[in-house]
Amino acid sequence: MSKIHVTTTVNGDPVEFLASPGATLMDALRDDLNLTGTKEGCGSGDCGACSVIVDGRVVCSCLMLAPEAEGRRIETVEGLAQGGHLHPLQQKFLEHAALQCGFCTPGLLMASKALLDANPDPTETEARYWLAGNLCRCTGYDKIIRAVLDAAAELRQERAA
Amino acid sequence: MSETLEKPAPKAALSIVGSRPVRPDGADKVTGRAAYGADFNMPGQLVGRVLRSPHAHARIVSIDASKARALPGVKAVITAADFPDLASEELEGGEAAANLRDLSLNVMARGKALYHGHAVAAVAAVSTEIAEAALERIKVTYEVLPHVIDVEAAMSPDAPVLHDHLFTEGLEARPDRPSNIAKKHRFARGDLAEGFAAADVVVEGRYTTKATHQGYIEPHACVAAWGEDGRCDVWSSSQGHFMVRTFCARLLGLDISDVRVTPAEIGGGFGGKTTVYLEPLALALSRASGRPVKMVMSREEVFRATGPTSGGIVRVRLGAKSDGTIVAADVELTYQAGAFPGSPVGAGAMTALACYDIPNFSIVGWDVVTNTPKVAAYRAPGAPISAFGVESAVDELALKLGMDPIALREKNAVKDGTKASYGPTFQNIGYLDTLAAIRESEHWKTPLGPNQGRGVAVGFWFNVGGESTAAVHIGEDGSAAVVTGNPDIGGSRASMAMMAAETLGLPIDKVRPMIADTSSIGYSMLTGGSRVTFATGMAVVQAAEKVTGELCARAAKLWDVPRDQVAWEGGKAVCLDAAKDRAPLSLEALAAQSARTGGPISGQATINAQGAGPGFGVHLCDVEVDPETGQVSVVRYTAAQDVGKAIHPSYVEGQVQGGVAQGVGWALNEEYIFDGEGRMENAGFLDYRMPVASDLPMLDAILVETAPNPRHPFGAKGVGEVPIVPPLAAVANAVRGAIGVRMPDLPISPPKVLAALDAKGG
Repeated sequence: MSKIHVTTTVNGDPVEFLASPGATLMDALRDDLNLTGTKEGCGSGDCGACSVIVDGRVVCSCLMLAPEAEGRRIETVEGLAQGGHLHPLQQKFLEHAALQCGFCTPGLLMASKALLDANPDPTETEARYWLAGNLCRCTGYDKIIRAVLDAAAELRQERAA
Repeated sequence: MSETLEKPAPKAALSIVGSRPVRPDGADKVTGRAAYGADFNMPGQLVGRVLRSPHAHARIVSIDASKARALPGVKAVITAADFPDLASEELEGGEAAANLRDLSLNVMARGKALYHGHAVAAVAAVSTEIAEAALERIKVTYEVLPHVIDVEAAMSPDAPVLHDHLFTEGLEARPDRPSNIAKKHRFARGDLAEGFAAADVVVEGRYTTKATHQGYIEPHACVAAWGEDGRCDVWSSSQGHFMVRTFCARLLGLDISDVRVTPAEIGGGFGGKTTVYLEPLALALSRASGRPVKMVMSREEVFRATGPTSGGIVRVRLGAKSDGTIVAADVELTYQAGAFPGSPVGAGAMTALACYDIPNFSIVGWDVVTNTPKVAAYRAPGAPISAFGVESAVDELALKLGMDPIALREKNAVKDGTKASYGPTFQNIGYLDTLAAIRESEHWKTPLGPNQGRGVAVGFWFNVGGESTAAVHIGEDGSAAVVTGNPDIGGSRASMAMMAAETLGLPIDKVRPMIADTSSIGYSMLTGGSRVTFATGMAVVQAAEKVTGELCARAAKLWDVPRDQVAWEGGKAVCLDAAKDRAPLSLEALAAQSARTGGPISGQATINAQGAGPGFGVHLCDVEVDPETGQVSVVRYTAAQDVGKAIHPSYVEGQVQGGVAQGVGWALNEEYIFDGEGRMENAGFLDYRMPVASDLPMLDAILVETAPNPRHPFGAKGVGEVPIVPPLAAVANAVRGAIGVRMPDLPISPPKVLAALDAKGG
């Protein structure tokens, strides 16, 4: 089957690629654009390791077809740090030791960013339910939740300043 | 929050060990730069895929791959015929001793497929689509055989036999026919009958657990490239690249020097990546095609074809005096090994009573093969299963005696000088302090709410040391590279860098830890057994001490004083001869002059570390049971552990919290479910339900540092495995408290709880 030409925006940059009709956005990001920070843990939308933000919404990139990326605005973990500075979420994940193996971390960071974009002051319970689609097998989530709530507080302070 | 209990600082104050710096590989891992198994590619690489048995037990009559080979774009098809037919031989290098023949047969079925998902052929093609189309064109003729999944059914004399060569080991007389019982383990002390005769109270129970998977989020992945000169390279995610090298060389009949393995970042393992599945296939496909081959498992393949841990049956009988002194224990363990012998029942037996000082006991363990994937190590392999039975029984005993569960455990606790149930005499253990930490915790003193229950359970793991190599190289600006051969699965780069920095007297950001490939650093056993911070950490400290020794020698040369007149203090060479009036020389100053004093400064150390220091955990769990749905929620959890000394407390807490979460999943949700044909029905994360963030509360970790390990320069004990041992029973004991009914069969799923409530008439 012939490939489909896709033009889209990834982390603010215009990009083009050719996608097989059955290829997922995750395949395109990892294989065509070499953005391997987005991880595949299950390929069925159950683990969240491939979470990216598409037009402001967090999605499992393994569940979205690559041709559907046409004309969208896609954010991946590679675009989180800006100008050589880590995003507060990245910094807080490090300070709280919120990762062990680090494989689920890109997906958790993107899902957390979508959370804080939508809700700057989540409760612990809200954060836990929002992130319930992102499996982590190493940490028991304790330090992840603390990092997200701490990053939320810092972002609120930054906005207020 | 987490807290630390410790005695006053035992020796010279530490400036880095015990602090919480950002991990050295942190930025790579929060930006997506870190390269895991599937993130590596080579020019011209092919895609490798595996054809797997659709039957749980079948004779492979024939394999016809001609149509697959004829498909354009298919570059190689391999079967067991492409591997040497190896004889039975014990093989070191993994988490436990492996059998070379079994390893070979597990990697690629020969003659028989022994479980649904067992590899029977593999292909390499120019694209995923063509590789998958090729799999459909391989015609395998099977003669389907009766299969057996249940461990007790597998032991019955009329069960289908998996291996005609398997005769039960450990019996008094060699059996006259093969069976699925691979081995009987037994050890005992005292006189069991006398012990029970002296008991005032006896409790008895049968407890079961289901097979559960390690559940690492990163599926197995590798790239292999076979050179025309016979030298090959493997890039893969594993818990030990030296293990991958040994296993691949032996399975393919290669020299060790011909195989170089480069470790990728590893996305979780928990014991499950202590063996090989894809690497030998990728190598054989690369040899056959002349191209590099990349292989990545799907999640379904991970569930169906890589090691879960055993399902098990634990029978426990305990006898105690009315004051709570346990005088007799009779434990029988039956563990599912999967398709080949080697369940962790031996370790389950050795750990079962390790927290208790009991004069009369018998522990029998049965290792049983079944038509399920061969089990692999899973965090404290075997111990959570036996602890679930024993700790449930001890809870029953406490109820029957009307005794506080912590007091009952304190009364029977092992302490320094106690001869452990598995042999050695305990020294420098902090078990009683760990029990006290829970007894004195805020959690223990807080009353429960409605529909809530509280459970206590304890757990033990040996921890191991073993062989490691480390090198420390000083840069010309006085910074240091620390090189080891252990994949960093949970933050060990941080502890390596911290111990090196502490020894050298350098700030942590001047130390860069690296994990080298198998040709760039000396042999190191794999990352497992809670050994890396202990054993590889000791090698790092010894290598750093060689460096400081050399730095002192260089200073002595510059000062023209005897070597023994120079000491390394606070990151500087100090002249001990006050009459000489020499200003101390920093590492930076000495490094800058190294060319004039003898050349580059490096130190390397190799060790076979002993005395890892056993670990004890005491866990306290509160659950709330919804009487309408039977749903059990963990609402509060506190885990205390005897850790010796935490090098980086955040990552030690993380080990404790992660182990607890896995144990809670094992207790409440996780299980392999098989259909009537022996096929796993829930081979995906939707139906194999691991805990998610909304399932758990904060998990409080108390690090007990009252018994530092005298064998380690900073007092560290292994910490990673203990935390998964107590939670199964801690949760089950809490459910018992909440509903008044003992739940002896894991997982404690809502239908079982509802049935128990109905039976009780609630």
